[in-house]
Amino acid sequence: MKNDKNTTTSVSPAPTSLARRSFLDYLLGSTALATLGAIVYPVFKFMSPPQIVESAENSVVAAKLSEVPVNSGKIFKFGNKPGILVHTATGEFKAFSAVCTHLECIVQYRDDTKQIWCACHNGQYNLSGNNIGGPPPRPLEEYQVNTRGGDVVVTKS
Amino acid sequence: MRLVKIVKIETLTKWLDERLTISSVVAMAQKKEVPLHRHSIWYYFGGMTLFLFCVQVVTGILLLLYYRPSSESAFESVQFIITEVKFGWLIRSIHSWSANLMIATLFIHMFSVFFLRAYYPPREITWLSGVFLLFIVVCFGFSGYLLPWNKLAFFATKVGTEIAGVVPIVGRPMLRFLRGGDDVTGATLTRFFGFHVAVLPATATVFLAIHVLLVQLHGMHVPKKYEHNYQRMKFFPNFILRDLIGWILAIGVLAALAALFPWELGEKADPFAPAPAGIKPEWYFLFMFQTLKWLPAKILGMDGEVLGIMAFNGVAFLLFLVPFIDRDPENRRRRLIFNVIGVIALLFIVVMTIVGYVT
Repeated sequence: MKNDKNTTTSVSPAPTSLARRSFLDYLLGSTALATLGAIVYPVFKFMSPPQIVESAENSVVAAKLSEVPVNSGKIFKFGNKPGILVHTATGEFKAFSAVCTHLECIVQYRDDTKQIWCACHNGQYNLSGNNIGGPPPRPLEEYQVNTRGGDVVVTKS
Repeated sequence: MRLVKIVKIETLTKWLDERLTISSVVAMAQKKEVPLHRHSIWYYFGGMTLFLFCVQVVTGILLLLYYRPSSESAFESVQFIITEVKFGWLIRSIHSWSANLMIATLFIHMFSVFFLRAYYPPREITWLSGVFLLFIVVCFGFSGYLLPWNKLAFFATKVGTEIAGVVPIVGRPMLRFLRGGDDVTGATLTRFFGFHVAVLPATATVFLAIHVLLVQLHGMHVPKKYEHNYQRMKFFPNFILRDLIGWILAIGVLAALAALFPWELGEKADPFAPAPAGIKPEWYFLFMFQTLKWLPAKILGMDGEVLGIMAFNGVAFLLFLVPFIDRDPENRRRRLIFNVIGVIALLFIVVMTIVGYVT
């Protein structure tokens, strides 16, 4: 009986000490995690490049009339993206985004096939910008074209 | 006088040995043996890849003395290296050719390990570290390709990073991370330079150390067929001398290739010029390029290229799992299936590469 009492007395502090230990473990773990987070988060944010606001350019002079003879094309800058201006064989002006919808190569006008062509994976578009051959999944974005004096002006619709 | 010299060398050796335990390394090298059988020839390709990697490190450091990583000066600095710097054309050509040979020997090494089943337990981690090294080397090739900032490199990077970008969910953030923005610009060049000369070499060193250490730990794998019937060759000096002959041959081949077919620089990149006709990636990406070219625009309502890219990612992931799926040397049926898969994969790569090259 005496022994039992002794046993009880000696065992009783254990839960408190265990709880204290778990609490310290938890505290240590949280501190380690927080420290790791405080290091990783800024590093991660540093690595992802900041968003640069694109210039809200809605209209641009793509070329002089004399620069684009009939049945030819010209790449022009539309903000920081390339566009393509085509002077068709029938004398009409057409303009599209020059970024291929397949894997973002820059397209060009082919005067032999009278199509817009992407050299990277042989993507083909007609002069309405529709994807008609090769792997491109979508049409090219079309822009409005007007002539003003000697300039060809392209506007995002 | 001679005696004094010998005594001094012995004292120095003893002093070094006490601190670095060189004698244990020498003893290990003397004890190490290489199995001799019909397929022993494949053992040389790992060492050859490592040798070509060392060539890359040395020539890469030399190129760093002149290269300037910005869109305004990268092309001009490479032009300066190959036209003005003495032997610059040679160093640059060796760097480019050696990179290509290294990828070739790496592929041979990987396929030989695959077909000889050198990934069976306990060599799973050796295989894993090898697959990581394969991807690291491909990343080396991809990041290094942009550094001269020429037209081909510009479009290769545009397409390559866009391929990463079409992966669902993580694709877009990954694309922005790789490009340093939304488009391929000077920021991309700076990043790729950082990857190429700092991040990738550091990662490669770690995986290379693990890979080589594990090869030492487990020894060379002997195919099951020869397990009880093979001879042995001393690693030092017999095998290493044979390795050395291979390396000297490789230097000869590199010098010949660099002299006869100096690596072209091409035209400076212009972000507002159309992709040049006949544009193709490096030969080791050609099979993927050709597949993406042939895939229709839409497959089962999905964009063809997304499906193709996901399929390639799936295969790359499966490559890691090989030793965990085929782990029983006694399972002959599984061995046969893996052989068939390996042959189909090899044929696919070879045929698509040839088609991509000739069309």
